[in-house]
Amino acid sequence: MSGVSPQPDGQTSPAHQATPDQAALEKILRESREIRGVSLWQDAWRRLRRNRSAMCSLIFLIVLMLAAIFTPLLPLQSPIDKDLNNRRFLAPNLQPVVLGGRAGLKFEDGRLTSQLAKYTSDAAEQRAEILAIADAGERDKQLAEFDARTRIEHPFQQLWNNLGPVAFTMCRIRVAIFGDWTIPSLFGTDKLGRDLLARVFWGSRVSLVVGIVATIVSLVIGVSYGAIAGYFGGLTDAIMMRIVDMLYSIPFIFVVIFLVTFLSEDSVKAILENYGIHQITIFYIIIGAIYWLTMARVVRGQVLSLRTEQFIEAARTIGASPMRIVFRHIVPNTLGVVIVYLTLTIPSVMLFEAFLSFLGLGVAPPDVSLGLLLNDGVEALSIIKLFWWVVVFPGAALAMTLFALNFLGDGLRDALDPKMKNRS
Amino acid sequence: MTDLFSYLIRRLGWMLLTVWAVYTFSFILMRSVPGNPFSSERNVPPAIERQLRARFNLDAPPLQQYTDYLVGIVTRGDLGVSIKLEDYTVNEVLAEGFPVSASLAILALVFAITLGVTAGVVSAVYRGTAGDLALMGTAVLGIAIPNFVLASLAILLFVFWIPLFPAAGWGTLRQVILPALCLGAPVAAYIARLTRAGMLEVLGREHVRTAFAKGLPKRTVILKHVLPGALLPVVSYLGPATASVLTGSLVLEKIFALPGIGSHFIYAATQRDYTLAMGMVLTYTVLLFVMNSLVDISYAVIDPRVKLQ
Repeated sequence: MSGVSPQPDGQTSPAHQATPDQAALEKILRESREIRGVSLWQDAWRRLRRNRSAMCSLIFLIVLMLAAIFTPLLPLQSPIDKDLNNRRFLAPNLQPVVLGGRAGLKFEDGRLTSQLAKYTSDAAEQRAEILAIADAGERDKQLAEFDARTRIEHPFQQLWNNLGPVAFTMCRIRVAIFGDWTIPSLFGTDKLGRDLLARVFWGSRVSLVVGIVATIVSLVIGVSYGAIAGYFGGLTDAIMMRIVDMLYSIPFIFVVIFLVTFLSEDSVKAILENYGIHQITIFYIIIGAIYWLTMARVVRGQVLSLRTEQFIEAARTIGASPMRIVFRHIVPNTLGVVIVYLTLTIPSVMLFEAFLSFLGLGVAPPDVSLGLLLNDGVEALSIIKLFWWVVVFPGAALAMTLFALNFLGDGLRDALDPKMKNRS
Repeated sequence: MTDLFSYLIRRLGWMLLTVWAVYTFSFILMRSVPGNPFSSERNVPPAIERQLRARFNLDAPPLQQYTDYLVGIVTRGDLGVSIKLEDYTVNEVLAEGFPVSASLAILALVFAITLGVTAGVVSAVYRGTAGDLALMGTAVLGIAIPNFVLASLAILLFVFWIPLFPAAGWGTLRQVILPALCLGAPVAAYIARLTRAGMLEVLGREHVRTAFAKGLPKRTVILKHVLPGALLPVVSYLGPATASVLTGSLVLEKIFALPGIGSHFIYAATQRDYTLAMGMVLTYTVLLFVMNSLVDISYAVIDPRVKLQ
């Protein structure tokens, strides 16, 4: 019985490799090495790429985002400079406009660049004078005053409203690159003679920020709430979901109107400013805080089916805390649904912003948003003289954004649908 | 039957809890706004202001105001006297405006369901054709255009250029059609998309194939075997749809100058007419709650697998 023992695998002699079986096996192995596992995301991306309307929407949205972020860099006219004498309700035209050219601004030479040069040299002179003061305490005090004043008196303040530091720098770069040249009023002008093209761009910026920030707020609340309710189940789940049911029956628009009137009260505003919170920030948070309900339901549904999976069991066995399981193991797995739902929440938030602005409860002038522009446009609609451009362009901007978001959302839903996996 | 009964009892309990929560929240929010309803009026002599405050029970300590008003509502169904509208109680304002708002909302929902379901069925049956594309394009447009813009354009188009409807006012059927259409349009668009998605899903099921294989005419299969299943998502959307119609009516009543209750609300909230605003909020909460419960019940009726709980 001490014959030849079967050779263990891996020690096959070279002679054996030549057999046809071995060759076939090698071939199969080689092929299998070339087949790549397709992850859910790769698969979804492949399917999304094939969906033409979703891809167009995606590209459009990326361009829009870039345009919104870099609006101050674009050679646009001033969004807030009014010209009641000469430029009210101009139809779309190609006449060149010089930045800061309005006589009422009293800019040097009627152009921003000359004014800016004059202003900078004046400011430098004054600053030098202050720096020449011998007394250090007095000098610092005057310097601080001077800096505060220059910030307010800067020529940019007359052409742009309330620029933050980043936007201010971008405006500087814009002036450095394009000088006084601006795109003509391609979209016409509104009832106060402001350029509509610039206003649509600046308005989209605000509307998009409202949409995105509010959606993120709703995302954070909705996902945590839904995930916790779904994971713990039982009584916790019952109570938490009952509360959601209850909230569904509250007409939020009324509560929001209360809140907004409360927040726009001057004394409340002053208190908030003290803490450095702008009213618009609260506005985002309110909107976000009412759009989390559906998100919570959707996430909970997902979590209910995930919590019995083996990898959760495994995490629990090695002693992961419940919170860690929820946020590290469960939440990432609900991402698909969440993303789809996000693309559908942003449009409804933007619509809601427009709606509130129409009622005079949203973004307050001189800030612009698409809702505010539409409201202006609707007011200008009359039978006597048809100023169609004041409503068509902001309306088209809003509608196209919402269109794109909707199509992208639909495309993503199809692409991330697990039932469609590995199918066209 | 006992199922339904106990469900209704439980829903009623939840409704009372919700209404109470809304009441408390609104009460606190309204009272914490600095100033009072009379502070915006110029030169009210202190004596008269004291009288006014006493008239509306605003001089009592907040907790007592809270309980007094609550007791009034619960025991007498009395929502108090409107602070800003002279000689009106809130109940009178509601009684006057409610029929207007309700008929507008119901008409809008009816429009939305009829148009939406029809469009959804047609585009699902003729999937991939130009008609499908056009209908769904219109539907997305309906979702993407705010209804106040739609209403303004509709007024321009159908009142001035093609004088089909009167511009504003209330009373005849012709006056209510245009606002109801504008109010229902976004909801219709949403329903159309839901119906289409539902139809497409059910069309691929086995029982539909069986029905076709039996040789049933297409019409019967679609109406009897496909549509009921496809309508489930639409039914569950009716709750949010009601909410969106109620919200939209605030704006449309303003645009079309309709004497409904929505037009009072914004005025009441911004002018701090405490009683009127509270009355509105509570009315809308009850309405929405009832509608949501009806949707749940009808859901259980349509789909036997769903149990009321």
